[in-house]
Amino acid sequence: MKIGAIRFEKKQTVSLSRKVLNPVIFILLGFVLSSVFIMANGFQPIPVFGKMITYSLLNTRGLIGSINAALPLMFCGLSVAIAFKMNLNNIGAEGQFAMGAIFGGAFALYGPALPAPLSGIVMFFLCAIGGGLWALIAAALKAYWNVNETIVTLMLNYIALLFLDYLCYGPWMAPKQTTAMTVTIPQDMYLPLIGGTSSGIFLAIIIAVLLYLFLKYTTGGYQISVIKNSLRTAEYAGIPVKKYILIVLALSGALAGVAGFVQVTGIVHRVQAQLPGGSGYTGIVIAYLSQCNPLVILLVSVLLGALQNSSAVVQIMGVPSQIVTMIQGTLMISVIAGEFFNRYRIVYYKADPESKRAEQKNNHSEQKGGAVQ
Amino acid sequence: MEKTALLEMKGITKKFGTVLANDHIDLQLYPGEIHALLGENGSGKSTLMNILLGIYKPNSGEMLYKGEKGQIKTPKHAAALGIGMVHQHFALIPTLTVAENIFLSLDHCSFILDQQKMENKIREYSEQFSLEVDPGAKVWQLSVGEQQRVEIMKLLCRNCEILVLDEPTAVLTPQEAGEMFKTLRKMAEHGKSIIFISHKMNEVMEHADRITVLKNGRVTDRMLASDADIDRMAKAVVGERDIEKITIRSKGKTGELLIDAKDLRVLNDKGLVALHDISFQLKAGEIFAIAGVAGSGQRELAEALAGLRKITSGRILMKGNEITKTNIRGRVSKGISFIPEDRLKMGLIPGMNMKENTVLKEFRGKAYSRGGILLSKAIRALTEKHVSDHDIKHGGLDLPVSLMSGGNQQKLLIAREINGNPELIIAAYPVRGLDIGATAAIHRTLLEQRNRGACVLLISEELDEIFELSDRVAVLCGGKLMGIRNTSETDYEEIGRLMSGESA
Amino acid sequence: MISFITSICAAAIVYAVSILYAAIGEIFSQRAGIMNLGIEGIMLMGAMSGFMTVYHTENLLLAFLVTILVGLLLGLAFAFLTVTLQADQTVCGMAFLIFCSGLSGFLGKSVTGIASAVKFEPIPIPGLSSIPVIGEIFFQQDIFVYLMYLVIPLSIFYIYKTKAGLMLRALGENPASLDQAGINVFAMRYGYVMFACAMTTISGACISLSYTNFWNEGMTGGKGWIAFSLVAFSRWNPAYAVLGALLFGGISILGINMQVYLPGVPSQFYGMLPYAATVVALVITTGSFRKKHSEEPAALCQKYDREDR
Repeated sequence: MKIGAIRFEKKQTVSLSRKVLNPVIFILLGFVLSSVFIMANGFQPIPVFGKMITYSLLNTRGLIGSINAALPLMFCGLSVAIAFKMNLNNIGAEGQFAMGAIFGGAFALYGPALPAPLSGIVMFFLCAIGGGLWALIAAALKAYWNVNETIVTLMLNYIALLFLDYLCYGPWMAPKQTTAMTVTIPQDMYLPLIGGTSSGIFLAIIIAVLLYLFLKYTTGGYQISVIKNSLRTAEYAGIPVKKYILIVLALSGALAGVAGFVQVTGIVHRVQAQLPGGSGYTGIVIAYLSQCNPLVILLVSVLLGALQNSSAVVQIMGVPSQIVTMIQGTLMISVIAGEFFNRYRIVYYKADPESKRAEQKNNHSEQKGGAVQ
Repeated sequence: MEKTALLEMKGITKKFGTVLANDHIDLQLYPGEIHALLGENGSGKSTLMNILLGIYKPNSGEMLYKGEKGQIKTPKHAAALGIGMVHQHFALIPTLTVAENIFLSLDHCSFILDQQKMENKIREYSEQFSLEVDPGAKVWQLSVGEQQRVEIMKLLCRNCEILVLDEPTAVLTPQEAGEMFKTLRKMAEHGKSIIFISHKMNEVMEHADRITVLKNGRVTDRMLASDADIDRMAKAVVGERDIEKITIRSKGKTGELLIDAKDLRVLNDKGLVALHDISFQLKAGEIFAIAGVAGSGQRELAEALAGLRKITSGRILMKGNEITKTNIRGRVSKGISFIPEDRLKMGLIPGMNMKENTVLKEFRGKAYSRGGILLSKAIRALTEKHVSDHDIKHGGLDLPVSLMSGGNQQKLLIAREINGNPELIIAAYPVRGLDIGATAAIHRTLLEQRNRGACVLLISEELDEIFELSDRVAVLCGGKLMGIRNTSETDYEEIGRLMSGESA
Repeated sequence: MISFITSICAAAIVYAVSILYAAIGEIFSQRAGIMNLGIEGIMLMGAMSGFMTVYHTENLLLAFLVTILVGLLLGLAFAFLTVTLQADQTVCGMAFLIFCSGLSGFLGKSVTGIASAVKFEPIPIPGLSSIPVIGEIFFQQDIFVYLMYLVIPLSIFYIYKTKAGLMLRALGENPASLDQAGINVFAMRYGYVMFACAMTTISGACISLSYTNFWNEGMTGGKGWIAFSLVAFSRWNPAYAVLGALLFGGISILGINMQVYLPGVPSQFYGMLPYAATVVALVITTGSFRKKHSEEPAALCQKYDREDR
């Protein structure tokens, strides 16, 4: 490819530092791009960003709030990432989140009373099962009939959210309430706070580390990687692709369901309409920005959690809370664009014999510009 | 020849990096002649033609076309001048009809497509050059031979004066090839000039008017077809170097019955019958070749044996045990290995590293994983063993295999597939697109495997390869088994006849 | 009863048209080999920008043009990422979904939930509109519907009967062969992606300027996704897309109306209908149990890189 005197050449390998540095640079550029839109809406970007950072990252209270906000995001990020690891697009984390909360909520609100740690564990698994089963619908359609999982998971979001809406406005609605929410769950099922931070964070760290080890060192992770890279070779090697589609999407759904668990037991302590609040979509951004590395997901989640956390403070300045989603989208687009520079290097084109060597790779582009009669 | 040349290429030189692909090549082409470019793979024939077509730009040299000097800048420019090429891989769009494909290739046609006019034009050319093509048929429904005719038709509809055909007979049966040369002759009689690229000396001698032989990017000989003989051409093609003859043809003792396939019926990807109830037996210690033009059911046969494709009816016995319904993993553990035809699409994982590719079939084994955890040291050791055993050149065990050369990729794949001494090795086109060195190494490996007592099922479209390696040969045509012969008791002609569907 | 049916049919047409612009646009884009998963978000940008313009200027024509301009700009950005930078189309689509949803909500906050003074009103066509039943269904509609009456035959004619349409079909199947013939594959893809995005924003404008006359964050409510599924459902043929859109339109409108006739069922369940119907339709039309020759453009979602040839 050639633009004017600049030519892009394909790189064969990417150094680790480049891999890390590239997204960081383009995340920063993404913030610059966001400033353009902030200005377009009539605000000064520097005070806005300044306020956001000081509020959500530079003091203990804000930081705790950011980590708590990041908690469901971590699980949604892991959920999307594990599916991405096998080239499956699960954009239904939002719905699986809701279904997890519904399953777990049903137990917490209406289930048998169990002693404290046991009830929490039962609820954890019920949330995971709820999310997993919901994802399994799309998984089964994909595995057996090759139906596009992207659209199905997305459609299931709307259905799950409407169902949650129905429950919270209908049979589950707390008495004497005007908003769509249930009563609070039993207090002994609350996730304990450690210095203000929800202990769910340890759950997130443990699960992320386990996932990391699973993907890197086990035959399961290896097979997922083979399927991602070459479906036909996976079939050729006798890897049960259908089984893996079912397992991985169910696991992905279960992780999103666990996001419902931490949200209900750790943050809001009840079930309410619109409980996921876009976390499922944010999960997509997180998974992409972290290149699906489970450990990096934890960090990036805190960054985006801080962004979400700080929306309250800029709203006081009159800035719409949608600034959060807007910045997320901008960051993702910016990093996608930046990926290009991981694959290509820039070469300045000079019309001397040296460049002839590069020419062979690029014969086609040559005809357009450089042919000499 | 007294006529003035239609096209003259003078001193054409093209460098790729440090490799000299074309070294001061001169070529004259006269109106109404069929000109053959003869040479081995990599001798520079295709490069020269790509320069003529404007795909490559030469480093030096000049061209005269109809007496005018100039350089052909782009394929479009070449087309405008009346120069067109039928590539080895056809540039047809399968979902469109023949007429639509031809419309696409025309530079000047009305915005709203005039189907009727086009169909008439196609019929007219069909008759004139006995080039049978159905304008309304969808391309994916056509046989390879018919698709080639569409490609030729495209050039005729564009009023090309110079037609270049790259290895036109590679995909045809001998009989189809004969038909095609008749068409070419008719076109030449109508004043068109034809260049065809080939590495088969017989067909060049038989069908061309003049022959130019290339070797290592240089013209080594030029002759009239009437003056040509095999010895002279062979000397120009191969040079003084002797071809390394493979000498381990010492026939091992063919052992007991290994595979007994009865009435196999298998469907292709389109759901049509690809193999019509074929039966054959494979014995240990033999190389059993499958001959046939491309798309005769070879791929389906290989995949059915490997367990990748469902067998609709019939059964396969391996040493007397039924394996018809055994899945891929089951067959691998029974000792069936498979070297697929397109290694980068199936067989290797281009984006993963050598170690990960090496362990693809064995990662479940006790030696390479414990309790679901991969044993990276053992995997590395296995990879290193393959590298030294098969002399695989690589940039590092941790780099993706897509960075390796084709020959080394194939060596790695074969090393993996023969590891653990399989009893049946299915090798589909194992040396396609490889250089001479890699080809010889792979042929040697296959012979070693046979001598060890394995059965090698060799699928190939090169009769030379089949006759050189195999003990028996079966011929497929249109999914039917035309016959099985002992290689020592048959000849090219008989196999050629079987390939074209004439039962013996 | 008849008036009930005609009003349902008329409403179904309005619904169908509001997704058809996007669906037909996406058919062109996918036939060119580029899949745009971000339709839902781009539709929202169209709805927002169109409404903002009307709110501030009360000029409908200007709003329409602004909408198209926004669509072209978004298309340019999408094409830059997917064609020039060769980024993964699915990931880009998701990024656009999030980016556009966020940006439309962010920029449109100031006008959220306020009704505009003007909107595209139905224009009965003299003569035709007085035909009983038919006139009421087809010819008492607004300009978006009438425009669609032109778009449908034109798009079918373009794809199947013209040289440009033929090139488009070839582009989605085998870009390399067009490139060899000296056709600028990249420019073609840019053009169709931008066209598709402009069509998608028109769909959005249809929702905020004709269907309703206000703007609300996320107001398209999955219509973009329904349009997207319609593309595979229609086997990349605008004619079938029309049928599918009418089907979805009918189901949704029926759902809304059934609330009146069957009030026992909570409204949320009627709301689920179009989404459930989309899943069912997708399974029926694209499930691999159908042993049919797939009509999906072979090069869909494949990045085209000359050097890889």
